[in-house]
Amino acid sequence: MKILTLIRQVPDAEARVRLSGNAVDLDGTTVVMDGMDEYGVEEALRLRESGAGVEEIVALAIGPKRNEDALRTALAMGADRAVHVETDERLDAVSLSQVVAQLAQTEQTDLILVGGQEADWDSQALGAATAERLGWPQLTWTNELKLDGDKLTGRHDVDEGNESFEASLPAVVTTQQGLNEPRYPTLPNIMKAKKKELRKDDLATYGAQSRVKFVGAEIQTRARLNKIIDGKDPQAAAAQLIDLLRNEAKVIK
Amino acid sequence: MILIVAEYSGGKLAKSTLEMVTAARQTGREGPVTVLVLGQNVAGVATEAAAVADQVLVADSAALSTYNAETWAAAAAQIAQEGEAHTVIVGGSRSGREYAPRVAVKLDAPYLEDVISLSGSGEGLQAQRYTYLARVTETVEAQGPVIVVSAKPGSFAAAAPAAQPGEQYDVDLELPESRVSVTGRNVEKSSRVALAEADIIVTGGRGVGNAENFGKYVEPLADNLGAGVGATRAVVDAGWRPYAEQVGQTGKTVQPGAYIALGVSGAVQHLSGMGKSKYIVAINKDAEAPIFKVADYGIVGDVNEIVPALIEASKR
Ligand SMILES: Cc1cc2nc3c(=O)[nH]c(=O)nc-3n(C[C@H](O)[C@H](O)[C@H](O)COP(=O)(O)OP(=O)(O)OC[C@H]3O[C@@H](n4cnc5c(N)ncnc54)[C@H](O)[C@@H]3O)c2cc1C
Ligand SMILES: Nc1ncnc2c1ncn2[C@@H]1O[C@H](COP(=O)(O)O)[C@@H](O)[C@H]1O
Repeated sequence: MKILTLIRQVPDAEARVRLSGNAVDLDGTTVVMDGMDEYGVEEALRLRESGAGVEEIVALAIGPKRNEDALRTALAMGADRAVHVETDERLDAVSLSQVVAQLAQTEQTDLILVGGQEADWDSQALGAATAERLGWPQLTWTNELKLDGDKLTGRHDVDEGNESFEASLPAVVTTQQGLNEPRYPTLPNIMKAKKKELRKDDLATYGAQSRVKFVGAEIQTRARLNKIIDGKDPQAAAAQLIDLLRNEAKVIK
Repeated sequence: MILIVAEYSGGKLAKSTLEMVTAARQTGREGPVTVLVLGQNVAGVATEAAAVADQVLVADSAALSTYNAETWAAAAAQIAQEGEAHTVIVGGSRSGREYAPRVAVKLDAPYLEDVISLSGSGEGLQAQRYTYLARVTETVEAQGPVIVVSAKPGSFAAAAPAAQPGEQYDVDLELPESRVSVTGRNVEKSSRVALAEADIIVTGGRGVGNAENFGKYVEPLADNLGAGVGATRAVVDAGWRPYAEQVGQTGKTVQPGAYIALGVSGAVQHLSGMGKSKYIVAINKDAEAPIFKVADYGIVGDVNEIVPALIEASKR
């Protein structure tokens, strides 16, 4: 049983996003492994530790050179080796899935763990698109996962509430908060990770090209009124607020 | 044609479907605006859809009794191919965004995800969407004989009924067997106004204190205002409120006329789900809480003191 766990590098949640020209510029911004992907690596490790017969955990990133740092973090957490398809080109999620699906085949992967939604492009498409290319089922927004032989069971969120599921490998699972509590890499493991294999692949060999053109980006901040009332006298403050909502904003009756 | 896959809930057409009809008309692309209704016993939904669409295709079968990503994708792709659709629009709900990428792969089409605007541009489509936790608005473009789009709920006006209802046609589909079996369901539907459709939302955060206090503060205030109830992730994780009420990156995206946040700190992941609300109102005892930076109105004070006063003042 082999697991492919996808790694994306995104700006730290608190980092300020800057534009340069008509695109986001991450130069000088603190970037980290997407939190969603930490759940993926952690879940792969837990499946292995639960005795599910995991032979190998491979971390995959597609993107610029700096992605190496995120892959090293995955290796330090415990992934066995990494593949980096290096490119500065921005690919939409459906085009990216071409790369992931091909790699899953050459790596003979049984389970792909993908983040439920990235914190940069805010897409939710890569897992489903990859599953479709491979002809596999997908389980999205998973918050509980067990593996017994090739039988997957667990629970995942749906539009309204959640469902328990059963499916067989091979499959794509998308992760989310609540699935687990990711471990921090220890210093010895960080040292060990430096010696683990990090293979570089050329995007051109996968023949994937973006089908979506990214034309422009804007930071739109809505000017807010910022009328903040001191609540020392709760009754007076409440009356004033309700009056503003009724008569100034006219949003309540 | 422009193909829209209907969203509905509890036998009623969802507002998101009316929004998709508006999105379709805004493209200015030719061909009938066609709504596809997938499900079982969906005659009522189809009739509601016919009021706004040029035509409605109805696939009513036991195989479609419950939503499944693979079945829905196969159905949408099949109809898109047979009807030579140049645009396929799917709802930006969690399930819509789960099967839409599959439709795009099946049709070998580009996919514009979670768009907030849509217009025709030559042989293709141009759209805007939010990225970086809704801090950036991006413009994207795709070309091709067929393009798949998902439309962010709440971003387009609801289409008004047309003078003439559209024709309805029954369609037969060849559907794959689902390979995921559902062994248990835990429906957490808020009994109140659906968040995506609410004009006012009252959201409680960890500052509300506990689950009982939601009944004491959040719900009565929401009742007085005719509002929906929302919750932060912290509150949902603590088990105080159902996940269906969660607003934010991993919850729902909402854009009401007024969003009233009680004891909510205003983390970026929460803001990404409600930051586009028309008016934002915050009650928080910490004057430095980030929520005040995006608030139009606010009171610095304790939920336990301020909210009972608000409940009183909002009675009419
Ligand atoms: C990948 C990821 C996805 C996430 N997705 C979401 C999401 O979808 N939605 C979401 O909400 N969060 C999400 N989060 C979590 C988010 O980062 C915050 O942790 C969360 O929003 C905090 O919730 P809160 O405001 O209720 O709690 P806190 O941050 O604990 O804030 C409580 C606030 O209440 C105030 N307060 C306390 N007591 C009182 C009182 N008596 N009276 C008045 N005010 C009081 C405090 O001053 C504080 O500002 C996500 C996080 C990650 C990493
Ligand atoms: N360029 C990439 N390289 C590796 N993994 C990616 C890449 N883009 C997206 N992913 C993975 O897909 C998840 C969700 O991405 P998406 O579906 O594009 O929102 C991320 O959290 C990652 O797990």
